[in-house]
Amino acid sequence: MHIPDGFLNTGVSVVTGVAAAGAIGYGLYKAREELDERSVPMLALCAAFIFAAQMLNFPIAGGTSGHFLGGALAAVLLGPWLGGLVIALVLLVQCLGFADGGLTALGANVFNMALIGTILIYYVFHGIKLLLPKSRSAFLAATGVTAWLSVFLASGACAVELAISGTSPLSVALPAMLGIHALIGIVEGAITVLVVGVVLAVRPDLVRTYDYRPVAAGLGEAEVSG
Amino acid sequence: METRRKSIMVFTLAGLALAVALALIISPWASSSPDGLEKVAEDKGFLEKAEETEPAWESAPIPDYAMPGLTKEAVDEETGEVVEEPTRLATALAGLVGTVGIFLIAWGLALVLKRRRPAEAPVESGPAME
Repeated sequence: MHIPDGFLNTGVSVVTGVAAAGAIGYGLYKAREELDERSVPMLALCAAFIFAAQMLNFPIAGGTSGHFLGGALAAVLLGPWLGGLVIALVLLVQCLGFADGGLTALGANVFNMALIGTILIYYVFHGIKLLLPKSRSAFLAATGVTAWLSVFLASGACAVELAISGTSPLSVALPAMLGIHALIGIVEGAITVLVVGVVLAVRPDLVRTYDYRPVAAGLGEAEVSG
Repeated sequence: METRRKSIMVFTLAGLALAVALALIISPWASSSPDGLEKVAEDKGFLEKAEETEPAWESAPIPDYAMPGLTKEAVDEETGEVVEEPTRLATALAGLVGTVGIFLIAWGLALVLKRRRPAEAPVESGPAME
């Protein structure tokens, strides 16, 4: 859902651009505290994997394709601020390097996919996690739901921006965008659960939001007081 | 700590190899249908707004995920005209350059940000990790 030049008016471009710059600026500030020798390679790997996965458009109903977004994956693996930075960096490189997404819409694209699809969605994920039992399968279920919501909400924000810009009325753009992205979101959920599941199996300590107390060998998911 | 750091490097390089494989081998076969937003724009009649607008940035080195210069002749399905279109190799190379490139950019950015850590901030671990 990379918005090209021409869809947004100046007001929407400026407002989303300022909001995006503010959040990413704060993310850069937070990154100083959060980056350590474990998260530096993970940040680079996340950016590379999400960039590559975003190239893999898969067919969805009716001559439409969808592709992985990765906001929820970044949020679950790295937390909101490093995750948001990863998605913003991917969008910046796609825009300047590959002419994907307009430069005047870069702020809106970062707003939709990094602010809403990654940073906000991290807190949604946190909330869902609190409602569920502390087990690996519940964690993965929360991951899947969050990934679906991330794509769904980002596409809704995109529709609202198109409507405010006078490009397409909300009554037209919103149901159309939400409808198609409700389908794309299912694939997003499946890929995110698969990737997080693999990382949990191999190196659970690299999943930053998997903060359930040490799962010592043999203890399974029994509670261990910290 | 040394073995742990090594194992993170192994994990990272294995992950990067997977990402490169996806970009290099699978991306040339990805669907070329319009994505969700493009399709909505097409169906709801506002795609022209983008087509009529001059892009604000025209210096992208690898526009549309296709390495420049690698084209083949193909017949346009709608008009029947012979047009130049990027080869699968052009897409694969774009994916390779992009994936490795963004990996290096992100790593560099992370190192720069990490180094700017305020000096007065307490270092979490006690003794030096040697």
